[in-house]
Amino acid sequence: MADPMRIRAQAAGGNATVRILMSHEMETGQRKDSAGKVIPAWHITDVTATHNGKPVMTAEWGPAVSKNPFLQFTIKGAKAGDKVAVTWKDNKGDTRTDEATVS
Amino acid sequence: MQTRRETLRQSAAVAGMLTAAGLFPRDALAWNKNAFEAKGVADAAKAFGGGAPVESKDVTLTAPDIAENGAVVPIGAATTLANVKHLLILVEKNPNALVAKFDTNPAIESNFLTRAKMGQSSDVYAVAITNDGKSFFTKKEVKVTLGGCGG
Repeated sequence: MADPMRIRAQAAGGNATVRILMSHEMETGQRKDSAGKVIPAWHITDVTATHNGKPVMTAEWGPAVSKNPFLQFTIKGAKAGDKVAVTWKDNKGDTRTDEATVS
Repeated sequence: MQTRRETLRQSAAVAGMLTAAGLFPRDALAWNKNAFEAKGVADAAKAFGGGAPVESKDVTLTAPDIAENGAVVPIGAATTLANVKHLLILVEKNPNALVAKFDTNPAIESNFLTRAKMGQSSDVYAVAITNDGKSFFTKKEVKVTLGGCGG
């Protein structure tokens, strides 16, 4: 349903920097359409990331995160070939998981 | 005497205010609704079990001085404190201050970077909440040339 995320994980100095670009509308619930009706909030609420299947990062987001959200974090001790998987869930119950390999 | 059109317009305006005030129920499971609907920095910190925030140089905030586009403001939060449970990013003058909450984990560095929307120029806060319920913050003023919450 939702478009895939773009995940780039690069190993450097014993750690891996993970950069994620998600595809999501991130509607705030503050805006109104041309008829003056409030557009309901629709945004990612939970983000989790795993490193070789082990959960390493969890986050909760509000509607103030930008459209098509970007996220960067660093996994300690990750090396090339390791698997990094990222999952998001939005407030409509939609969810998506994508996986990348550390390079 | 009110016409039907006026009545409709007014009720839409009221609905808008209610939504802004967070009075409409929203679908949330594990999501900490109270924190994301909190108005101020201290309230949001409290919703995650933190006390009144104290300024600390062990918390770092990365944000631009001037953001040309309020819809995409790169904001980073990091800390060198050891026993931190959560890292929060907040924009003081947004309708709801809390932007994002990150859980720290020994397997990752306590350093997160994301992009936030800002409605107007405001102080941006990075708040670290420790395991023993203390909270530490760093703030920085970001000037916004073009707001990101219009419409």
